[in-house]
Amino acid sequence: MEPVTRVAGTAYPWGQKNVDTDVIIPAHWLKTIKRSGLGRGAFEVVRAQPDNIFDDPRYAGSPILIAGDNFGCGSSREHAAWALADMGVRAVIAPSFSDIFSGNAFKNGIVTVVLPQDAIDRLIAVAQDGEITVDLETMTVTTPYQDRFPFTLDPFRRRCLMEGLDEVGLTLAKDTAISKFEEAMHRHRPWIKDRSGNAGIAVEGAGRT
Amino acid sequence: MSHQPRTLYEKVWDAHVVEPRDDGSCLLYIDRHLVHEVTSPQAFEGLRSNGRRVRRPDLTLAVPDHNLPTTARVDASGRELPIADRDSAEQLDALRRNVAEFGVPYIDALAAEQGIVHVVGPEQGFTLPGTTVVCGDSHTSAHGALGALAFGIGTSEVEHVLATQTLILSPSKTMEVRVDGTLGFGVSAKDVVLSIIGRIGAAGGTGYVIEFTGEVIRNLSVEGRLTIANMSIEGGARAGMIAPDETTFAYLKGRPMAPTGTDWDRAVEWWRTLPSDAGARYDRNVTLSASDIAPVLTWGTSPEDVVAITGVVPEPESFADPSKQAAARKSLDYMGLTPGTRMQDVAVQHVFIGSCTNSRIEDLRAAAQVASGRRVAAGVRAMVVPGSGLVKRQAEAEGLDRVFTEAGFEWREPGCSMCLAMNPDKVPAGERCASTSNRNFVGRQGPGARTHLLSPAMAAAAAVSGRLTDVRDLI
Ligand code: SF4
Repeated sequence: MEPVTRVAGTAYPWGQKNVDTDVIIPAHWLKTIKRSGLGRGAFEVVRAQPDNIFDDPRYAGSPILIAGDNFGCGSSREHAAWALADMGVRAVIAPSFSDIFSGNAFKNGIVTVVLPQDAIDRLIAVAQDGEITVDLETMTVTTPYQDRFPFTLDPFRRRCLMEGLDEVGLTLAKDTAISKFEEAMHRHRPWIKDRSGNAGIAVEGAGRT
Repeated sequence: MSHQPRTLYEKVWDAHVVEPRDDGSCLLYIDRHLVHEVTSPQAFEGLRSNGRRVRRPDLTLAVPDHNLPTTARVDASGRELPIADRDSAEQLDALRRNVAEFGVPYIDALAAEQGIVHVVGPEQGFTLPGTTVVCGDSHTSAHGALGALAFGIGTSEVEHVLATQTLILSPSKTMEVRVDGTLGFGVSAKDVVLSIIGRIGAAGGTGYVIEFTGEVIRNLSVEGRLTIANMSIEGGARAGMIAPDETTFAYLKGRPMAPTGTDWDRAVEWWRTLPSDAGARYDRNVTLSASDIAPVLTWGTSPEDVVAITGVVPEPESFADPSKQAAARKSLDYMGLTPGTRMQDVAVQHVFIGSCTNSRIEDLRAAAQVASGRRVAAGVRAMVVPGSGLVKRQAEAEGLDRVFTEAGFEWREPGCSMCLAMNPDKVPAGERCASTSNRNFVGRQGPGARTHLLSPAMAAAAAVSGRLTDVRDLI
């Protein structure tokens, strides 16, 4: 994952409350085989309306989305985070998020910033024509007009984001511990490894173990 | 090692901790990873883009199931038939390419062993007692029937397991659900698990791993136990487990991927130590009596909406909780049912016998017993979808396919089929289906489809009478 220390640029001044995952990415996109490309389906229903915020040339391609309470509620589909990442969103600022969504967002390098509603209102006003900066170093959201909103983030998640560590990468760093566990397992429970039979089951590309 | 009495769940958990973490979660080793076409493509893509490999292909098994049509897969000359839905075909192709590239053992759509991932795992002996089993699918809980700790995971976690063979997990609370006594005439494992969910509620198991115990569970075959553990997730639980015993060992012995020789003996020796110790404590205990369990079915759009076949559609006002009353009104509206109607007076247009809950050989035998010598009622479309190619072959060897086709049932190729509307098998809007699957959610079997969950025998009874029927009147 790309390290994120700072997300700066224009922001979609949306402010919508209770945005569920069906709004972020409708179910018919779930037959895809890719994480990428889902940006095309992102906010499909919203974008079907004329003059919507996502197709407004002032905001197109913004790295920041400002939303209302309870962003990302609904199903656990990770496609919602993939869709946002694919449309270039690196940070979402809202008064609250669904737990599952913020977990999925973080796993995909998207910062979820929780700020009180009055800060959101101010940021929406600024974002009409100004840029916004989310800084993970100082843990603040700032504007060109001297606004400064501090926020908090789970320390583990903050570290992962800033060092570009994904959970897979972090666990891979535990290789020694995992290998040690496997050695012990192969001694105590050898049948886990030595799967017998396998008759009739194609093992294609074998050798890449 | 502590000498405190431990539950089955705690023993399996303890045996798989690679490393405890500061926040109370653990890095847990995964013994068995099942992969299917829907939730894996992005995980493989993640490995590819990071230059990572699959750590333990030998502990992984891939099989397509969700998207496969259940019509013939080859033409008269044995050539593979193309799949009409482009996106489905693409997902299936992606699985084929990914398993080849990453060296993952794979059961192809055309292999006799192909089937629903949760039918294939136990059937092949891939699932074993005391193992940790994961799959990107919530009904992975089924494998707990063999004494495994088995649960569904998301796509990022699929990638995590492929790359590291581990998961970061927090321990769950434990719940014992004990079912005492002896099941009455015509009552099956499906009636037991629906009754359990009716009792604890669809969210009752949230945060828990359930262990099913008691005389009724012990007397069930492994197939019946699979039906029960499969639906643990419908009660909100992370996983459901059943202690391994002689029934489990007899089921597994000689399965293609089960251990053999001295490995087998050592395995059984360890498996015998797994059942919960006397005096082990659960965070919650629930007890049901077999004498209270009748053939049941669902009336609404949540698996907790359970009623005896001899009962009536409930009045929303009969529920104490106002939010449940509102939900019931909405459900009944969607289901097109009027309170007070006898369940046995409700006509059905579709019958689906299949899904990872009820598509094994015993399920088909139970349904065939009812269908034998009878005819599917006029106006009813009834289909039987075996859970795997091996179940299908066994059923055909026993002549069950003829019993079904002579009665007017369709006899299909294995797959998820009408359990979820992802392949061509769907229930049209406003029509009613008696289904042996596990979810009666709004739109689950197709937009506007109305689902009643019930046992295979009850489904067959509905097919031949054209309405929901007490199977005890037919056997
Ligand atoms: S049969 Fe149904 S519940 Fe089971 S794996 Fe397939 S879609 Fe999921």
